Amino acid sequence: MLTSLQFFKTEPKIPFLRFRTIAAGASAIAFVASVLAFTVLGLNFGIDFRGGTLIEIRTEEPADLAQIRQTVGGLGLGDVQVQEFGQPTDVLIIVERQRVSGGTEEENEAAQQAVVDSVKGALNAALSAVEYRRVEVVGGRVSDELRVKGTIAVTVAVALMLIYIWLRFEWQFSVGAVLALVHDVVLTIGIFAVLRIEFNLSIIAALLTIVGYSMNDTVVIYDRIREKLRKYKKMPLEELINFALNKTLARTLMTSVTTLLALFSLFFLGGEVIRGFTFAMIWGVLIGTYSSLFIAAPFLLMTGVKRDWSAAQASTVQTGA
Amino acid sequence: MLYFARWKIILISAVCLVGVLFALPNILPQSVRSGLPTFVPHKTVNLGLDLQGGAHLLLQLNVEELYTERLKNLLVDLRDPLLRPVDGGARINSRRALSPDGEAVIVTLRTEEDMSRAITAIRGLAQPVGGAFGAPGFARDLSVNRIDEKRIRVTVTEEAKEASRRAAIAQSISVFERRLNEFGTTEPTITSQGDSRVLIQFPGITNVEDLKRLLGTAAKLTFHLVNPDIAIPPALSGLSAEEVGDQFPVPTTTEWVPSRSEFEDFVPILSKVEISGENLRDARGGLDPRTNEPAVFLSLDTKGARQFGRITAENVNRRFAIILDGEALTAPVINEPIPSGNAVISGNFTLQSANDLSILLRSGSLPTSMQIIEERTVGPGMGADSIAAGQTAAIIGLIAVIIFIAIYYGLFGLFANVALLINLTLILGALSVLQATLTLPGIAGIVLTVGMAVDANVLIFERIREEVRTGKSPLNAVEAGYSRALGTILDANITTFIAAFILFMLGSGPVKGFAVTLAIGIMTSVFTAFTLTRFFVVLWLRRARPAALPI
Repeated sequence: MLTSLQFFKTEPKIPFLRFRTIAAGASAIAFVASVLAFTVLGLNFGIDFRGGTLIEIRTEEPADLAQIRQTVGGLGLGDVQVQEFGQPTDVLIIVERQRVSGGTEEENEAAQQAVVDSVKGALNAALSAVEYRRVEVVGGRVSDELRVKGTIAVTVAVALMLIYIWLRFEWQFSVGAVLALVHDVVLTIGIFAVLRIEFNLSIIAALLTIVGYSMNDTVVIYDRIREKLRKYKKMPLEELINFALNKTLARTLMTSVTTLLALFSLFFLGGEVIRGFTFAMIWGVLIGTYSSLFIAAPFLLMTGVKRDWSAAQASTVQTGA
Repeated sequence: MLYFARWKIILISAVCLVGVLFALPNILPQSVRSGLPTFVPHKTVNLGLDLQGGAHLLLQLNVEELYTERLKNLLVDLRDPLLRPVDGGARINSRRALSPDGEAVIVTLRTEEDMSRAITAIRGLAQPVGGAFGAPGFARDLSVNRIDEKRIRVTVTEEAKEASRRAAIAQSISVFERRLNEFGTTEPTITSQGDSRVLIQFPGITNVEDLKRLLGTAAKLTFHLVNPDIAIPPALSGLSAEEVGDQFPVPTTTEWVPSRSEFEDFVPILSKVEISGENLRDARGGLDPRTNEPAVFLSLDTKGARQFGRITAENVNRRFAIILDGEALTAPVINEPIPSGNAVISGNFTLQSANDLSILLRSGSLPTSMQIIEERTVGPGMGADSIAAGQTAAIIGLIAVIIFIAIYYGLFGLFANVALLINLTLILGALSVLQATLTLPGIAGIVLTVGMAVDANVLIFERIREEVRTGKSPLNAVEAGYSRALGTILDANITTFIAAFILFMLGSGPVKGFAVTLAIGIMTSVFTAFTLTRFFVVLWLRRARPAALPI
């Protein structure tokens, strides 16, 4: 017979809510710091959101970054970033969005298109055997749209979550869950601002997945809290929430661990292109797990929730949970 | 909960079997796949451009040019009815009449009395939008408004703008299809994006520069007579057509166009289109036997040939200009009438550029020039590396999760793992059937699903453990575990599904691929985690009748 392991031999009795003030304080500081980092440092937007040209090349010998910087920088294309990408022979060249002074939109887009040809021409002359692995050109029009669309997507996602939880639970749950969500999204944006990791379209995808994951985590805990609320009408709320958190703790940890196992594998082995994406996901899973335990659940204690579910039992959707 | 009706068992097995069947082609080599009979699923997962290499180009229609075109045509039309005094006697100047933003034509009248007649005449030129029948209530393409006693403003209506955008997009797509047909070996996908854009996805292509040149050119070909009364001033190089027009005024019937010829910089052509590119039957690049220089050989259709014959007969010793995208390629003197409908364009070509031009001319002209506003190209080496990296990461991640689950949940973990593998097969099958595109973030989505799919089972198993602790019998504990976890599982997955749905709506390319795999993964994982593992557990419970659960 196969045996099994358990995180906890007996049911854990961790007094989560006792840390609620410390957690709230820490989160508030991190939140403010993230907002500050975002406004002061700003995000290191990739060309998806900023417009510009990205060229990834591979050279035969380890690349001479200084030489490439000089070659491309000498073309008069404005700000040029040259960096190693994953290995010494791979180089990422990013040229800023082109703006012709006094030019129309069409002229700017045309200048944007001309960048690839002039960079390729210069590199072919300066280096031997260059492999162009990836070229991305995003014009001003598209990048402006993507920025707007990205913001809308994250906002709409959070709003829909709010509505969904509102329908399934009470408003306190809904607000608590969304608070935790916003917390996760803001802290993720904050870490991207501080670490200067490129923020591109795939990071929006990661943010939305984090929203989904964090919500998932919170819903499981909330479901259990509601179940306990129905069962133990007299138990003090703090004790009850703690009880529910401990009951679901094994699952919370288990799911985080399996998801993280998959994510770490992607982070280390999935290649340079999706590293930013997986980093955001890993961070999001960690933050999301924390916020479900220490933000979403204690929030219910602060606002209080309806205790007598017997009357409402008939009208609410029976979840079986 | 623990009883499975026969039809349910059949259904569950059928779903798994169909999934396997659809996923199977992906592991078969091409040679075996092509030998399969047609009723067997043979589609494989569509690899995104980031995995197989290729080009993604988003092109923007020049909508302003489109609307202005209509107004320019209007100017030509206006000339006849308005210049005749009987109809209103309006004085208009084609160069000045077009407002600076290209949005309107301003008609200036000589006398105030002509106003109502002029308005009627211009309204008569407006055409119905969206149909040739002009039924009452149909929108017209021009809106005519009085500015003051002597001036009338004519603009293109919103309805007409929308209709011309739609027509232009449809035309561009069919032109691109023809142009790309002769280019490369793989099949491009050409779709419209929004109301003024075309997206071209071309897998496996490496010579993107050639592709871009082929796409960006409007290739609008027209034949015009050169106005013989205008002297061509020497050395106008460096000036724009407008500047030349300002310095050397020409009648409204005539316009200056830049020339490719080495003898002149600008040619004064008559605006009237004598023959248009539509009358072109064929175009070939080659060497002109007379000069031994690269040239493009045109042959016109019957109508074009007839017109060409007439024009050349009537205008011997005058010059005839061949205009491509507003530039005179060549403007030879007509030596003799040409009834055959065959013409040669010479004009500083190389053999390659003559060939390229002939392809462009053969495929028809774009309604306006198209500008590339987004380009994403992945080389084949990069794509292969990404697939390799994605595969390795997926396999290692999968193995890690499987080992972890097996150790942690024992026998039940084994059930969950089998369900997980079937889940992956189902995802692969669904992706193949839907012909959804698998991108690198899509692979990440699958790996993530692996991590999260286990969540449903974790919820159930933890619940069963709890029920066991309360002293329930194995059967009751399993029963309670499954039924109590269901609501939570649904709640939790619906939220993630909402996120995936929004991603799908927002995303393009790789991100959309991620959303698709995530959404498919959520659906299959709920099925495998809830239905399939329950089925395994029930089978096992019935056989083994254990006294205690090994969980």
